[in-house]
Amino acid sequence: MTDLKDKILSSYVAFENDKDTNSEIHDIRSKALQNFEELGFPTRKLEEWKYTSLNSVLKQDYSLFPNKEAAVELADVKKYFIHDIDTYKIVFVDGKYSSFLSETTHDTIDVCLMSSALAKPKYKAVIENYFNKTAKQDNLTSLNTAFACEGAYIHIPKNIEVQKPIQIIHFTTGTEAATLLQPRNLIVVDENAHVQIIERHQSLNENPVLTNAVTEIFAAKNATVDYYKIQNDKSSASLVDNTFIDQKTNSEVSVHTFSFGGNITRNNLNFYQNGEHINSILKGITIIEGKQHVDHHTLVHHIEPNCESHQDYKGIYNDRSTAVFNGKVIVEKEAQKTNAYQQNNNVLVSEKATINAKPQLEIFADDVKCSHGCTIGQLDNDALFYMQQRGIPEKEGRALLMFAFANTVLESVKIPEVKSRIAKIIANKLNVKIGFDL
Amino acid sequence: MLKIENLHASIEGKSILKGLSLNIKAGEVHAIMGPNGSGKSTLANIIAGKEEYEVTKGNIELNGEDISELAPEERAHNGVFLSFQYPVEIPGVSVTNFIKTAINENRKARGLEDMPAKEMLKMIREKSELLEIDRKFLSRSLNEGFSGGEKKRNEIFQMAMLEPKLAILDETDSGLDIDALRIVSNGVNKLRSKDNAVIVITHYQRLLEYIVPDYVHVLYGGKIVKTGDASLALELEAKGYDWIKELA
Repeated sequence: MTDLKDKILSSYVAFENDKDTNSEIHDIRSKALQNFEELGFPTRKLEEWKYTSLNSVLKQDYSLFPNKEAAVELADVKKYFIHDIDTYKIVFVDGKYSSFLSETTHDTIDVCLMSSALAKPKYKAVIENYFNKTAKQDNLTSLNTAFACEGAYIHIPKNIEVQKPIQIIHFTTGTEAATLLQPRNLIVVDENAHVQIIERHQSLNENPVLTNAVTEIFAAKNATVDYYKIQNDKSSASLVDNTFIDQKTNSEVSVHTFSFGGNITRNNLNFYQNGEHINSILKGITIIEGKQHVDHHTLVHHIEPNCESHQDYKGIYNDRSTAVFNGKVIVEKEAQKTNAYQQNNNVLVSEKATINAKPQLEIFADDVKCSHGCTIGQLDNDALFYMQQRGIPEKEGRALLMFAFANTVLESVKIPEVKSRIAKIIANKLNVKIGFDL
Repeated sequence: MLKIENLHASIEGKSILKGLSLNIKAGEVHAIMGPNGSGKSTLANIIAGKEEYEVTKGNIELNGEDISELAPEERAHNGVFLSFQYPVEIPGVSVTNFIKTAINENRKARGLEDMPAKEMLKMIREKSELLEIDRKFLSRSLNEGFSGGEKKRNEIFQMAMLEPKLAILDETDSGLDIDALRIVSNGVNKLRSKDNAVIVITHYQRLLEYIVPDYVHVLYGGKIVKTGDASLALELEAKGYDWIKELA
């Protein structure tokens, strides 16, 4: 078995063969490949990867460019969509665009494909202005950039409030023994525009999948972006999600990450505030069991004055599951009157579960409000007894307490159908029927 | 209805109840009084089935059935209700959602379908009016940020909704001003019938002016040392507990 890094490096020439080598994108890719060649895959020797090891998932012999066509019936995958409301859909099957499952548009807004945005002249200006402009040059992001060719491309022009949410869904059929996917999304939201996006990765059988995704989001002045990540994949699927958000004055961007499934899930969520009166909202609910591992690495970079950030991450860990929360907040010297709030609460249901929680505040300004709270505990036995006394059985009582615990995050979901879907996933996960709608 | 015989119980190895007996019939109200630390709250928690307490001797029968091995929720399904001295705050669950869940779980235990939403709403409206509870209050998180009086009123509201056979009021009067005391007592009295029974645990005679007991028991040192009628409460109010301690 060849080493995955070697395999990737030697596949690059073939990958570039059918691409236009005379473009700026080509230069960006080549540089990124060099970067990855130097850095390699992250190991636990790196501070940022101390508690998350990719060793076990890197051992697979991944097919880098899945080729086999696999038919996917809508009836089989409908349940993975938010299907009770009208939405735009950008759907990929084994990394390839599925026009059959998708519903894209070029009417006023562009909801389409990265591959066409990279190839067609009419998108050239946007690509030149934004592509790879906020993504970090770290190991896995570089790897993605080197092979960036497909994903969602969304451009919302000035003053447009998009009426339907946009769903980005990646299916893996498992026709290959093991699949590596590297989707690349670019989302540009112009001044005073508003968009809601729901993203999901879903494998359809038990063959191993590793997804190394990069999403760049640009929110211009007064723009609003609500982004929901639903991570409820099979236990054979691992995900590294790298999301980079560039915000301008008066913009508000929220990212909710719901991590319930998967094998190893690493979320690198990075906010850069390049303007004043910006609001950044980062929220997450993690409920895992078995040997699952979820790692949230967040960064909020307060660069200019009068901005806010709100982080609220809740985690419930069962069995031998392990988790990481590393919340970094940097407040630059110029970023006076910053209001940065971070909350991370964890419940260990099993004695064998582990959470490594690390708030990291680097504050260089003197007139700021920065608060952080981190708790690790068990469910409140007095509350459980109270519920049982009222006739609620122990199992349902525990579930209700966990619901209640996670509810502060769920409450801020703005799309009711997403909220009720998440509530349903949680109820399934806790194996109870909740007697009311949240 | 409730028959307790020679009950001994301890927590973390410390013996608290030392041979307590109590016999309560349907339709009766029993008051249990006594100084701090005499075991009043322990008795309430043991009847409700709190796990931390260990029953070392004796038994507890509800309607002829030994309940000492039952889980707290099973006792609740059999009609036991405890109004807590310190109701727990549960952020994230509204009063309405909590009581709906409780009612439907009780119905499920009896093999009944969920209560129809319309009927539930009607009942919530009636019972909240009885306890002069504001609508807005019902959508707040359970007990979170409630004043002492609001917490106790909420306990009796839940009692009114659940219609228990045996209600135990553990210091329901503490933290209540005179208006709240009247409202809460009125709520309890409305629920009294020949089919259910009430145990009122209190330090003070004040509550018993509103909820008039058939029997008053004095608990001291883990045992009932004296039993009388409502006039015993007045006597205790006048004389204090010192003379009781000498009886023990």
